[in-house]
Amino acid sequence: MTLVEVRNLGKSYNAQTRVLKDVSFDVEAGEFVSIIGLSGAGKSTLLRCINRMVEIDEGKVIFDGHDVGSLNKKELRKMRTNIGMIFQHYNLVPRLSVIENVLHGRLGYKTTLQGVFNRFTELEKEQAFYLLEKLGIADHAYKRCDQLSGGQQQRVGIARSLIQEPKVVLCDEPIASLDPNSSEVIMDYLKSITKELNIACIVNLHQVEIACSYSDRIIGLSKGNVVFDGPSFMLTSAHTDEIYGTKTVEARKLVSV
Amino acid sequence: MNEKAMRSQRKWQTIIWVAIIIVFTYLASDITNFNIIHGIATLPNAITWIFSNLYITPETLERLPKILEKLAETILMSIAATTTATVFSLFLGLMGSKTTGTSSVLGVFARLVASVARNIPVVAWALILLLSFGQNSMTGYLALFVGSLGFLTRAFIETIDEASHSAVEALRATGSTYFQIVFKAVIPQCLPQMISWILFMIETNIRSATLVGILTGTGIGYSFDLYYKTLNYNAVALVTFAIVISVIIIELMSNRIRKVIL
Amino acid sequence: MEATTSFVKRRANGQISIKSGNKVEQVMTGTIVSLSLLTILAFFFFNYAGLELSKAIPETAYNLKVMFLEPALSHFTWSEAIYQVGITLGLAFLATILGAVIAFFLALMAAINLSNPWVSKAVRIIVAFIRAVPTVLWVLIFAIAAGLGSEAAVLGMLFHSIAYLVKAFSEAFEEVDKGILEALTATGANWWHIVTHAVLPSTFTYLLSWTFLRFEINFSVAVAMGAAAGAGGIGFELFMASGFYFDMREVGLITYMILLLAVVLEIMSTQLKKRYFPAKAIR
Repeated sequence: MTLVEVRNLGKSYNAQTRVLKDVSFDVEAGEFVSIIGLSGAGKSTLLRCINRMVEIDEGKVIFDGHDVGSLNKKELRKMRTNIGMIFQHYNLVPRLSVIENVLHGRLGYKTTLQGVFNRFTELEKEQAFYLLEKLGIADHAYKRCDQLSGGQQQRVGIARSLIQEPKVVLCDEPIASLDPNSSEVIMDYLKSITKELNIACIVNLHQVEIACSYSDRIIGLSKGNVVFDGPSFMLTSAHTDEIYGTKTVEARKLVSV
Repeated sequence: MNEKAMRSQRKWQTIIWVAIIIVFTYLASDITNFNIIHGIATLPNAITWIFSNLYITPETLERLPKILEKLAETILMSIAATTTATVFSLFLGLMGSKTTGTSSVLGVFARLVASVARNIPVVAWALILLLSFGQNSMTGYLALFVGSLGFLTRAFIETIDEASHSAVEALRATGSTYFQIVFKAVIPQCLPQMISWILFMIETNIRSATLVGILTGTGIGYSFDLYYKTLNYNAVALVTFAIVISVIIIELMSNRIRKVIL
Repeated sequence: MEATTSFVKRRANGQISIKSGNKVEQVMTGTIVSLSLLTILAFFFFNYAGLELSKAIPETAYNLKVMFLEPALSHFTWSEAIYQVGITLGLAFLATILGAVIAFFLALMAAINLSNPWVSKAVRIIVAFIRAVPTVLWVLIFAIAAGLGSEAAVLGMLFHSIAYLVKAFSEAFEEVDKGILEALTATGANWWHIVTHAVLPSTFTYLLSWTFLRFEINFSVAVAMGAAAGAGGIGFELFMASGFYFDMREVGLITYMILLLAVVLEIMSTQLKKRYFPAKAIR
């Protein structure tokens, strides 16, 4: 089943530079897709067009049968409850406890007042603890988020997106601020969640090796254009050269003294 | 440019700055009839005068209950002005911040209100309000309220902009409503800093309240003015000490609170 | 799906608690509650003598309308007005510049990395005391102690400027890289060498910015002293116009002049802050 359809998407923040040009692809449920490219290639913007955190200028994004660009405010909020998002800097509220941050994922399902006065059901709280347990951080549930390590904070971020019961999880550079060990833990979780819950996971990455070893499919972005779209085993060094610009052997000539 | 030339340029810059400052100082002394030598010369006399006149005698202590009552009025006035201004500043701050602002028109409005309220000195507000509100606590309260409103709005805008951008983005992505974002991300994150600003504002307001009191004839400022004009310097000393002690106590208390929450 | 974890905290009614209930939250709640209670108390204690809100509010609204929409000078001329503004600026400038010079030396004594702990502590206590006395009281006290005149105003304002700048300057000094001080001490430089060659060059822009910020504050203080302590300048004219002549048009024009200058100074200091200390507090 096709969950996300991106059709001829274009975006520009000002008149001179177009960040995205004519981008098209489909994502199915259960798929783990990596978007790779240099910083500034438009990865973040692309991801944010899917849940309309930035406005769509040209083309269409269709999520689960709805045209994202034409939703009104209320419909947009309702749609966003079905899309989880994970950020490079975790984007938690550092001064609140882990469990409060996880429950923020339920706010989209509540009225304003229910949310403001913390009217979470026991079932939701149990679910939050269940997720924390699965992610191995239940013992930190009452700690403040700014007391956790980066890897632990990112797991809180994952729990917050999963409690939304999402159909798609968007991950914007989820491991760019983490050390290699924590990165591996986070990527393993993302991968297993995708399979287990049969949801789609779209991950922005800049490390090719990690993208290749985890994802079913890779989309290569360069200067706002899709330059590669296919299974990860088909990604050759010629493609990576195109994505990252020409920086192969001859660029690393030894400087003779 | 070689190092020597750069150094000599720096040297010249310093000399020019010093020269400008000296010229300005001269002009300022001239226009205000300020004579630094005379100022320094009178300093020893002034200090002698202070020590020989500004002391508390047992008789003045009889006035203490009255003075304490006025002091309490002043402190309560400062707190009330600050807290009520906080409520309005919070809305103006949310409107004026780039992170939580909903429209640029409202944002400009909030910043404009804050700027006018802050940049017209509290004395001016006090004098304007005195004309129709008369000699009572309300006048002082309103003057302090307007000043606090201006200052706190600016402080809150900066606090919100600094502290909560990333969490606001995350909550927006979960489909939260505007007020859920405000109450679940912005306020929890900014509250300690905001409380710190509120405490700072209370400290400032107690000092300004003395000034406003002198002009509007209310609170501890009025007591000071009264004893000052009737040349009762022992009572002046008592009033001054009462203010100093209360300001220091309040500063110590807010520093304690700051230490825990920040 | 039952949460089996033993980490769950439950409230008395068996519901799962989501608040961590730490000291920070308690202190914040305590502060907010007590301030709110004091506010309510305040409105009961206020002295409402002679207050008629139904008359006062429309009157004030009318006065504000006259002030801001029909400003005019009637008791003195434009050149005189500018001269009075000059006096206010002059008072503020003198208090700031003298304050900066004195504060520089005191801050050297207050900075813990340049001074000994006892001297530092003593300076800090004196500064805290000076700060606690409102400026207007200093000015009024000096007015009788030193004889009326601009000296009293400058001296009074000077006290607070010194207190403010000592705090700012000593914090700037304390941020000077420890390595630089160590290196210079190792070469056998004496204390004055260290100050003039390491501390001053690396903190000079900060000191200048803080001094300017204080100038901005001193401008409004000078206006206030003119109005409340007879220190002259535009503040005194404001006091006369409103309290003596009841001339709202003149009050309006004077207010506009003060506002304009204050906004200009504020814009300048905002630029300075953006350039030299982006994330610092605005005090």
